[in-house]
Amino acid sequence: MASDAPIPAAPSERVGAASFFAAPLAVLMRLIDWPMQVLQRLIGERRMAYVFLLPNLVFFSLFVFLPLIINFIFSVTGGAGLFPSERPYVGAQQYAYLFDCGSFLDPSSCREDHFWRGVSNTARFTVFQVTAMVLFSLLTAVVLNMKIKARGFFRAVYFFPVLLSPVVVALTWKWILQRDGLLNAAITSLGGERILFLVDPSWAMFWIVFVSIWAHMGFYTLILLAGLQAIPADLYEAAEMDATPRWRVFWRITLPLLWPNMIVVIVLALIRGVQTFDEVFVLTGGGPGTATLMVVHYIYETAFANQVQNFGLAAAASVVLGVVLFALTLAQLAASRRKGAA
Amino acid sequence: MNRLARMAVARRNLGRWHWTDIAAYAYLALGVVLMFGPVLWLGISSFKTQAGLLEFPPSLLPMSQKEGRVEGHAQPLPLFEVTMEDGSKRVLAQVRRIGIQAQMVDPANPGQSIRVPIDKRTPVREFKLATENYTEPLERFAFMRFLWNSVFVTAVATLITLVINSMAAYALSIYEFRGKTAVMLMVIGTLMIPITIILVPVYLVITELGLVNSLWAVILPGAATPTGVFLLRQYMLTLPRDLIEAARMDKASEWQIYWRIVMPLAMPALAVLAIFSIMWRWNEFLWPLAVLTKTEAYTLQIGLNAFQGELQTQWHYLLAMTVVTLLPVALVFVFLQRFITTGIANTGMK
Repeated sequence: MASDAPIPAAPSERVGAASFFAAPLAVLMRLIDWPMQVLQRLIGERRMAYVFLLPNLVFFSLFVFLPLIINFIFSVTGGAGLFPSERPYVGAQQYAYLFDCGSFLDPSSCREDHFWRGVSNTARFTVFQVTAMVLFSLLTAVVLNMKIKARGFFRAVYFFPVLLSPVVVALTWKWILQRDGLLNAAITSLGGERILFLVDPSWAMFWIVFVSIWAHMGFYTLILLAGLQAIPADLYEAAEMDATPRWRVFWRITLPLLWPNMIVVIVLALIRGVQTFDEVFVLTGGGPGTATLMVVHYIYETAFANQVQNFGLAAAASVVLGVVLFALTLAQLAASRRKGAA
Repeated sequence: MNRLARMAVARRNLGRWHWTDIAAYAYLALGVVLMFGPVLWLGISSFKTQAGLLEFPPSLLPMSQKEGRVEGHAQPLPLFEVTMEDGSKRVLAQVRRIGIQAQMVDPANPGQSIRVPIDKRTPVREFKLATENYTEPLERFAFMRFLWNSVFVTAVATLITLVINSMAAYALSIYEFRGKTAVMLMVIGTLMIPITIILVPVYLVITELGLVNSLWAVILPGAATPTGVFLLRQYMLTLPRDLIEAARMDKASEWQIYWRIVMPLAMPALAVLAIFSIMWRWNEFLWPLAVLTKTEAYTLQIGLNAFQGELQTQWHYLLAMTVVTLLPVALVFVFLQRFITTGIANTGMK
């Protein structure tokens, strides 16, 4: 990603937040100092690199690599046990079960219809959400890049929901969208009928897309804004000299030069879209019925929330999800390489 | 005021308004309403009484019916403004309602009971902040416990994240060693592995370690973040190498160089990572939801979610606790807003 950009040195007074951690850190470091010196005398200066890497690698292997392997083992074993030794090998049975469908276009014809509901909902959600997200964050970034007054304030306005937790976001909107909520009050005062926004399936889908855009748009806007600011000003000055119409400047200069950032935004939004869970879970609980049930929600329920915990099936579904995310990550890597070249 | 007025009419070319300027300000105005509005509404609503919350259409400010003590009645009685038969208006207290009639008394003259048709009375309302929405759940429910759990998880996890990731970043930026490329590839490779796809096996690892329902189950799995390693390493690469050489000349140990020289110099990057870690940990939901099943171990987010399932009708508590949950993040934002946004724009991480 854009991680190779150098991090600007922060003005020193802003580092205050970190000093909260500095004191306990210093004590810890002093305690470790002596054993570390002994160790260095034993293995030499250069091999200390491995010592520095060790804690991180332990965490990495314990909570990322090992789980990746176990996940695969889970997905090819059956039974109700949590420990691999208690689980009989069943081959591709879990996958076959997931993919046992009359027609792949109709989730209700599948044996594991909730999985396919989740897939279909997630796909629809992702398509709508990414399209709208890209359009709105582009619009917002362009507006925020104009010579408007109080730019910092407006940027903060669009950004702050990014910091809110999914539970807070969902509860805020639930409060507004409920039957006696603010939105229905506005509708009835204009002479309309109350709408049960979270009970009507198509409205529920609309609102989870809307709320998700509301919560995350600021993040993508910021990436696009950084891209817009990297466009050399003299290009615009030249265009102004030639009295080029603004829409043309946008089509011919802004959009092509912003394209690498656009790709990053699209791919990141896709990856996030596929993984959507938190907000939807709290806002609609996957309902009404299964109208907003997402794939991750299905995995969570299958593994943890259902009466019969089916770890194998959940793991198989995770592998399927993982393959999709892997493809999207490859797309992202390709995109960022092109960005580097541009 | 003057500045505000000038700010409101600022435009690109003095004296000429392009339609895009007007459209831009209209869009920004809409944005302020749409982005701030919901949270503001949540905040206002959290100060309404239970009865006030059930009103439809809702009132803008937290208003509640005024109550008055009347001699001879143990409980305070609700006050109404009543239009009398002769057209005059009086403030009366309602004793009880019988069908379409209300039995009322004049607080000044409590002996005499007056019957009033209910459509002739309107409640007397006053501005009142229902602060009990905040104080009661803190006493009656385990919210203090959840709050403490969240603070503990956030602080300890951030501390561990900072230490182990900066150590790895130090190794990867300062030393040349065998296997360095492999480690770097590994870091980049896992950059995009989300917890969602290894939910089940991480749960197994946590079970094996005997940590289910302990806060460490939430803290440990996310501690080694490839993003953090990457961010810190990129920053440490820019530090002058001479400084480290000079320290080695002075017989400083590698560990001392790490925490006495490199760590202080990497403070800006560490601060960015600290802020992100705080944000991630405070808001984390799916993993704690899966691994914490005992109420005592709930974090604030999980507690709030459980709370909303159980007490769907008790919005007055729910809203107040939502505000409590968002407050720390809101404060962090107010103080570090510019820093956070440039941090995200430059590193593209969240």
